Amino acid sequence: MVVVELKEVKFGYNSSDEILKGISFRANPGEITAIVGPNGAGKSTLLKIIAKILKPKSGIVLFDGKNLSKEETTKIVSYLPQENSIPGILTVFEAVLLGRLPHLSWRVKKEDLKIVRNTITELRLEKYAERYTSQLSGGEKQMVLIAQALVREPKVLLLDEPVSNLDMRNQLEILELIKKFTKERKISTIVVLHDLNLAAKYADKIVIISNGKVRACGDAKSVLRPEVLAEVYEVEVNISSSDGNIHVLPLRPLSRSFCSEVC
Amino acid sequence: MTDIADAYSKIVQKRFLFIFLFLVLSSLLSFVNLIIGPIKLSPFEILQSLISPREDTTSIVVWEYRLPWTLMAVLVGGALGLAGLQMQTILNNPLASPYTLGISSGAGFGAALAYVLGIYVIAVPSEFIVPINAFVFSFLTCMLILTIGKIRGFTSETLILGGIAISFMFQSLLALLQYYASEEALQAIVFWLFGSLTKASLLKAQIVAVVLIAVTILLLFRSWKITALRLGEEKAKSLGVDVESLRVEILLYVSILTSVAICFVGVIGFVGLVAPHIARILLGEDQRFLIVGSILCGGLILSAGAVASKTIVPGAIFPIGIITSMLGIPFFLFLVLKGRREIW
Repeated sequence: MVVVELKEVKFGYNSSDEILKGISFRANPGEITAIVGPNGAGKSTLLKIIAKILKPKSGIVLFDGKNLSKEETTKIVSYLPQENSIPGILTVFEAVLLGRLPHLSWRVKKEDLKIVRNTITELRLEKYAERYTSQLSGGEKQMVLIAQALVREPKVLLLDEPVSNLDMRNQLEILELIKKFTKERKISTIVVLHDLNLAAKYADKIVIISNGKVRACGDAKSVLRPEVLAEVYEVEVNISSSDGNIHVLPLRPLSRSFCSEVC
Repeated sequence: MTDIADAYSKIVQKRFLFIFLFLVLSSLLSFVNLIIGPIKLSPFEILQSLISPREDTTSIVVWEYRLPWTLMAVLVGGALGLAGLQMQTILNNPLASPYTLGISSGAGFGAALAYVLGIYVIAVPSEFIVPINAFVFSFLTCMLILTIGKIRGFTSETLILGGIAISFMFQSLLALLQYYASEEALQAIVFWLFGSLTKASLLKAQIVAVVLIAVTILLLFRSWKITALRLGEEKAKSLGVDVESLRVEILLYVSILTSVAICFVGVIGFVGLVAPHIARILLGEDQRFLIVGSILCGGLILSAGAVASKTIVPGAIFPIGIITSMLGIPFFLFLVLKGRREIW
């Protein structure tokens, strides 16, 4: 179990422009933390900073209170980027096996094969194991990528829009699965989502990022409020709840002048 | 249902079998290469002079001509196959070949300098003037590409565009040299650019062999990381691969390998582009097998080309660069069109 803590993380691709202007929040083991916000808010950048692919300008990312090196981070963090390519000529089994890269030697160990087999079985991908990834549908490919992320037995799972190109059923299936693994394996899962309804349904904590800062952070009920969403997305929304779930219905875009008054 | 881990082990076994078949085919083709030539020698005579060389004509023909020719075909083909594979991987482009970054243009210009102006960069025996010039200029090309990469970042786009620019630069310089060249020099340049195994020697084969073996070992140690490169830059980074330094490292190996291979035989096209694809179709993307497979496949193609170049026009040796394309393209198209699998 590893607690992820961000403290005043700042980042800019060039010195004059800051995308992230001091982000702080905490992600707990066994919980899904959803990061939401408009396009260009810096959500993907934030995940790359946590995965140590990008270096923050200032601020720090702590894992269980420790500032880990890039190599140490690689061992406990699994990151699934938004842009994903699997070469078509790799079988599903091989694609998942590659997830264990830091452990692989020239001769693949029995233990690695076992872990790959178990993960594939758990994700019900057995029937595709020998198939080439080019022969899979979008949903199946995403499942393979999630298997690839899980096979590393991560303590922290970072997912950048894992369901954005999928149909409703696949979206639900994949998020259910992520939820199940997060709870069972006590993983600290941080997931970037665009769909606020999915964030409300699956996330234990939602972090809204706007203009490089955390605008709101907490459970769905406390965070997904009309005035917050009007400010962040410049959209008028209707919020309702049923079966204990919050539902966000976007109504109309707000004019810029209205937004500047509210903000 | 069979266990999926066992099924994977079976796939691995199948790949070993393919590699073994490649090896057998290579050996057979090499032997055919030793047999064929203007002087008729029986397989028995060839074996005898290989095992116990004597001071007779047979031994001289075998050791001075046939063996260097045969070994050069396998080794240069293998080197080009491996170089092509790694170019395709680091540039993430199925159209890449060892020459994509302008290495052949640099080498061509270097060779032409020696032929036309008699300029050579290092004082060496006359046999090595052209190869050394070609090597130095092809290596210089790679250094230029690396410098561009250092300034603009080692993305595939930067490397390819930089390579195209450098390639055109050397091509126009080469054209300039050709314009001023004497008739004999022009003929020598054109013949060099066709690619030919006629100047093969055992020493040259040994040099190519040492470089090829060294690069292969270095790459095999990194085979999982190289395979992971195909998952995309960010994914590879998140798996702990230092993408930039791996690219630079591979680029350097490929540069040395290509430069050494073509400096002795000239520009032999097609092998470096197609050998990796044929190996990929048969062995998949796992670089542990693909590296060895591309070498063997490249060696096979060039060996077949070498046999054909001696047999197409009786009594003459047809330039091998022309043969490899003519021979290989129909086979490659057959694989692309008939195969049900993806090839990239």
